[in-house]
Amino acid sequence: MKHKILSYIHQESPIHRLTGAAKLIGFILWSLTAMITYDTRILVVMFILGIMIFLLSKVEFRYISFVFYIFLLFLFINNIAIFLFEPMQGVEMYHTKHEFLHIIGHYSLTAEQLFYQANLTLKYLTIIPLALLFMVTTHPSEFAASLNKIGVSYRISYAVALALRYIPDIQRDYQNISLAQQARGIDLSKKQKLTKKLRYASSILMPLIFSSLNQIETISAAMELRGFGSQKRRSWYHERLFTKADYLAIMLIVLLFVFSMIITFWDGNRFYNPFI
Amino acid sequence: MNSKVLSIKTVVAIGIGAAVFIILSRFGSIPTGIPNTNVETSYAFLALMSLLYGPVAGLLIGLIGHTIKDAVFYGAPWFSWIISSGVVGLLIGLAASRIKLRDGEFGGKAIISFNIIQVITNAIAWFLIAPTLDILIYAEPANKVYIQGLVAGAANIVTVGVLGTLLAIAYAKTRTKKGSLTREL
Repeated sequence: MKHKILSYIHQESPIHRLTGAAKLIGFILWSLTAMITYDTRILVVMFILGIMIFLLSKVEFRYISFVFYIFLLFLFINNIAIFLFEPMQGVEMYHTKHEFLHIIGHYSLTAEQLFYQANLTLKYLTIIPLALLFMVTTHPSEFAASLNKIGVSYRISYAVALALRYIPDIQRDYQNISLAQQARGIDLSKKQKLTKKLRYASSILMPLIFSSLNQIETISAAMELRGFGSQKRRSWYHERLFTKADYLAIMLIVLLFVFSMIITFWDGNRFYNPFI
Repeated sequence: MNSKVLSIKTVVAIGIGAAVFIILSRFGSIPTGIPNTNVETSYAFLALMSLLYGPVAGLLIGLIGHTIKDAVFYGAPWFSWIISSGVVGLLIGLAASRIKLRDGEFGGKAIISFNIIQVITNAIAWFLIAPTLDILIYAEPANKVYIQGLVAGAANIVTVGVLGTLLAIAYAKTRTKKGSLTREL
């Protein structure tokens, strides 16, 4: 059972050369903008920009395609669920009703609903390229250093670094325990009854959790011996200084943020309404 | 700044805890047969960690674990539910500070109070906070997100109630009880 996860891939590109802190600030502002605004014009511009930035990074699509397809599937299901639950959400939001096709009961296809769901989809599609890029172009250790740089306490930054460092180890532990238990006769196939499934799951859970609790003791003893936390600050091996490119990138994204907010709230409403 | 709250052990517990949370939410979720409703073993683990390492650890394991999980497996963090995961860890840790699981105490009374706490906490997080934030941030339709919250919350209550309690009992058995030694005269 080999499951792929998104991880850092070493490459050379303008995006890779940016420091982790600049990328983090950029990504936070970018997703904030995409989350706040419901203005289609801004979302379209951001979507195109996102694809351009992705191309600039020279990351090959096949590295991230598996996550992208999962995401598309999620988007598809989400859209269907929204329509099933609230086919008139768009009408409520935009205060007009242009009906295309009456389906059944209060289900009918309206221009407003389509527009609303297109906006929602677009919102997710603007965030995803940058989120994926951030994951594959930022080294985990540098990520921790940059968290510290933007003001997160270094203890918390270090905890994040530990988490990223230990994900592969815990995953390996999980698989070893699972195989060992299967060798002892537990059946992890899908057709089991729920109560059985739960019992088998806990036979993997218990050893995994207890070995992790032991690991916590070992690691914290080692860190204590090396004097972790005795100083107010710490330095990071992977920390890099800001270059011109970093300042430029942050400035551009701040500009984008400010402009989008101005355009979005110009008429006192988050939602761009083409129907009135 | 908060060196007392964040001891070395807490820092490590957050890091390793988040990693285990991530792995469990990817590999350790058991489908119940009802569509889109899974037994998320990661939340039983989160409750155990809040009991053991306190509210700050619980909050940060929830926040960091859920964010990284979303980022590495789905490509995009889903902030409303991330915040709810953090709240679950925080509130269980806060409310259960009187349960001395470390000293091996997890008998009838502690089990009952732990379960009352976890039901209330999960209800606040999944019935209230998660759907409300979904509406505020993503402007999704109200009854869709509330039903999603209800289903997920109910599943989590059952999971933490059964698996979380079992985990805590198993943990308590590994500890030596306070005052369990008697002096031979």
